[in-house]
Amino acid sequence: MSLVRGARAFLNRSGLLLWALPLGMFALFFFYPLFTILSTMFSRAGEIIPSAVWEPLLFTSYQALLSTLLTLLFGLPAAWVFSQFDFTGKRLLRTLTMLPFILPTVVTAAAFNALLGPRGWINVLLMRLTGDPTTPINFLNTFTAILVAHVFYNIAIVIRVVGSAWSQLDPRLEQSAGVLGASPWRAFVSVTLPLLRRPILSAALLVFLFDFASFGVILMLGGPAYQTLEVAVYTEALRYLNLPMAGLLSIIQLACTLGITLLYGRVNRGRVVPLFPRLRGEGVRKPRTWRERLIVSMTVAFLFTLQVLPLAALVTRSVTRLEADRGQRGEVQTGLTLDFYRELFVNKSQSLFYVLPAAAVANSLRFAALTTIISTTVGTLLAFAMVKKPFAHRWLDAVVMLPFGASAVTMGLGFIVAFNGTPLARGAFPWLIPLAHSLIATPFVLRAVQPALAAIPTSLTQSAAVLGASPFRAWWEVEMKLISRALLTGALFSFTISLGEFGATSFIARSDTPTLPVAIFRYLGQPGALNYGQAMAMATILILVCALSLTLLEQLSSALNGAD
Amino acid sequence: MNKFIFSLVTVLLLLLAACSPTPTQTPGPVTLTIMTHDSFAISEDVAQAFEEEFNVKLVFLKSGDTGAALNRAILMKDAPEADVFYGVDNTFLSRAVQEGIFESYTSPVLAEIPEEFTAGLSGVVTPIDYGDVCINYDRAWFAASGLEVPGSLEDLTLPAYGNPQGEGLLVVENPATSSPGLAFLLATIAEYGEDGYLDYWRALKTNGVVVVNDWETAYYTNFSASSGKGLQPMVVSYATSPAAEVIYASEPLTEAPTASIIDPNTCFRQIEYAGILKGTSNPELAQRFIDFMLSPRFQEDVPLQMFVYPVNPQAGLPAEFLRFAATAEEPAVLDPVIIAINRDEWIREWSEVMLK
Repeated sequence: MSLVRGARAFLNRSGLLLWALPLGMFALFFFYPLFTILSTMFSRAGEIIPSAVWEPLLFTSYQALLSTLLTLLFGLPAAWVFSQFDFTGKRLLRTLTMLPFILPTVVTAAAFNALLGPRGWINVLLMRLTGDPTTPINFLNTFTAILVAHVFYNIAIVIRVVGSAWSQLDPRLEQSAGVLGASPWRAFVSVTLPLLRRPILSAALLVFLFDFASFGVILMLGGPAYQTLEVAVYTEALRYLNLPMAGLLSIIQLACTLGITLLYGRVNRGRVVPLFPRLRGEGVRKPRTWRERLIVSMTVAFLFTLQVLPLAALVTRSVTRLEADRGQRGEVQTGLTLDFYRELFVNKSQSLFYVLPAAAVANSLRFAALTTIISTTVGTLLAFAMVKKPFAHRWLDAVVMLPFGASAVTMGLGFIVAFNGTPLARGAFPWLIPLAHSLIATPFVLRAVQPALAAIPTSLTQSAAVLGASPFRAWWEVEMKLISRALLTGALFSFTISLGEFGATSFIARSDTPTLPVAIFRYLGQPGALNYGQAMAMATILILVCALSLTLLEQLSSALNGAD
Repeated sequence: MNKFIFSLVTVLLLLLAACSPTPTQTPGPVTLTIMTHDSFAISEDVAQAFEEEFNVKLVFLKSGDTGAALNRAILMKDAPEADVFYGVDNTFLSRAVQEGIFESYTSPVLAEIPEEFTAGLSGVVTPIDYGDVCINYDRAWFAASGLEVPGSLEDLTLPAYGNPQGEGLLVVENPATSSPGLAFLLATIAEYGEDGYLDYWRALKTNGVVVVNDWETAYYTNFSASSGKGLQPMVVSYATSPAAEVIYASEPLTEAPTASIIDPNTCFRQIEYAGILKGTSNPELAQRFIDFMLSPRFQEDVPLQMFVYPVNPQAGLPAEFLRFAATAEEPAVLDPVIIAINRDEWIREWSEVMLK
């Protein structure tokens, strides 16, 4: 009996149980395939070209830094507006800003093309207005396109992560500063901003790492003149078949990711200020002064232009017929049609690989649900472990972020080499897909939950215990309740990451379980207006599925938490 | 503290269990796995015909584009994931043969295949289909502008097809990231030689040739005759693309909106091969599948599924192919061995000139 108790006490003290599952997952599904593939790569013939390292490394860092700063510049005001004000259409806009996150780059490229391309809606409109036959806006294949696309993808991270922390801030702190004579600006700079430092840095880190590992945006919107490390790994591994070089580039990318995360840990040290929680919706109000109204409407207009217009252009494109009309260039012949949707249900070529839209939706949703379950569980365990049983904290923190820096090509090949012949690869269900997605999704859950958890004053659980609550009840009623909003943010990101992921999926997916992005890609692989239209229709379905799922998840959370 | 972990883990496991379909372990027919690229397609009834004849279940492992799929097969050569590999082309062939991933097999049907496709193969792989990578042009644009359609690679450097200030009339794909892009680069090397092709590309660059990374962008964003309605009336694509434009038009067409330039030495012929992977546990069935791929049943399915031509001259072509698709009479030719030795070097040199 005492042995059992002793073992239990040990487990409790060391937090081994908390650590076991997350670390096990990372060891088995990240480090094992990674080391397997890297050792395979270096054992193959090929040549290391040192000069081919510097250029992509410098460009990768430069564009990631610039993209992150821009995302913060536009994201922080938006986070403030979302956390402080109530306005018409707020919920809808919040869901819509999340949507770009799901889009496979091939669809984003098509969306920007439909809006800003040589014959995009805006160029066509401007050409009509000015009567000038040359296209006024040359957007695609430019550095600007890369930056805009990165802000388009990642602004949701800043809005969600910083916004949810901001809405948890006690307004009385700023009010007290005001009472003590500080100007609103001073109160913001010396009270609010320091309290928001952690979430801002958290968001900035995520955005930076995403931009650092950018692949599709660079390939499809930036064009051949730009090359990130991730793109270089792809060309070295799959075009030149130069595996040692691909391995070296992968290691450099991983090392940078580790270095940046460690640096972040260093900057982010210091005491966490415990914050007493706020009631839901407390302090959120309608904009009152004309200045507030102006800021709110400018933010809404900006987000609408950046996030909603490209998507709207794409949706419009899926119901518009734009046949290349003979002899009438420049004039766009439009006709509304539902043909593209109708044709999705027809296996025109009798292909064995035809997939019903509903089946692709079902596959995508199933992988996304599994990813959400795995990553919220693992991420929450990790957050508790890091807060309650800290252990080599900074290093582990960095290790968890490593999957961001692992090239999709390298990881995809790693999964194949490591798990070939195992039930995971050969079984009836492609488990590898949600597991691979969870590697990227877990850090999101951790980043969202950990600050919220760390900010809970210990006195709250202690009071619960004093009032007679069991440890379980105190955990469930106090801690879980208080992190539920953050947890939901993490779950939303997990779900959307999985829905839109294409890179690693394309390696490990099987042709009998195609996801929506895979189905979109199949249509885009062949010429013909119908194929293009069907790809747009499939992309619209992806957008709708995601919008619906997000709305449901948000509804569920407000139902669990009482009124919003 | 323990309780919540247990509850979390229990909930997790329960949910996972609820979600995962139960694996069915019924002793069914033998499985034959074919590893291939993402563009592979086959009609349901054609696949079924083979499955029924040999009481076998066909599994297709799509593994990315040609380069990705081949690399995967090479990586896994000690523990092959499949029995047959389909889709290695003449730009990658020598590499695959060098790596020794294939088992020799000479199909009896090979005797019926023209020598053009079988020369120099020494019985390792079997040619299945071919397609010409050619410049496609926007017919309406050329009709309206009154400009003549270029008749040779040299014509493309003429000022009439260029725009020294900005983007010219031709969009090509980056050979480092795109397989038609690589094929077109090889066509220029066949025409101008190893010493001359870079000068040719410099001339194209001066003339404002547009380079993008992938076929999807080139065709759907930049090409003026596609749905993207871009700015370039000429694109590097396939000689079968005009037929696809008709078959997959959004409203019935009697004429293709595009056509290919198929003048001598302007196109590069890609030949795709299939081979039996070393270490297969079903060599017999794998051989039967290679034979089947050369048979008229499969060969006649190839055009409309993958928009390439069958190598077996006995296979009939669909009407759309006869009307709208084309094959080059004199495609540019390069020895696969020379391609294998120099490919990477050529691409790197090309990138130096075109992208810097």
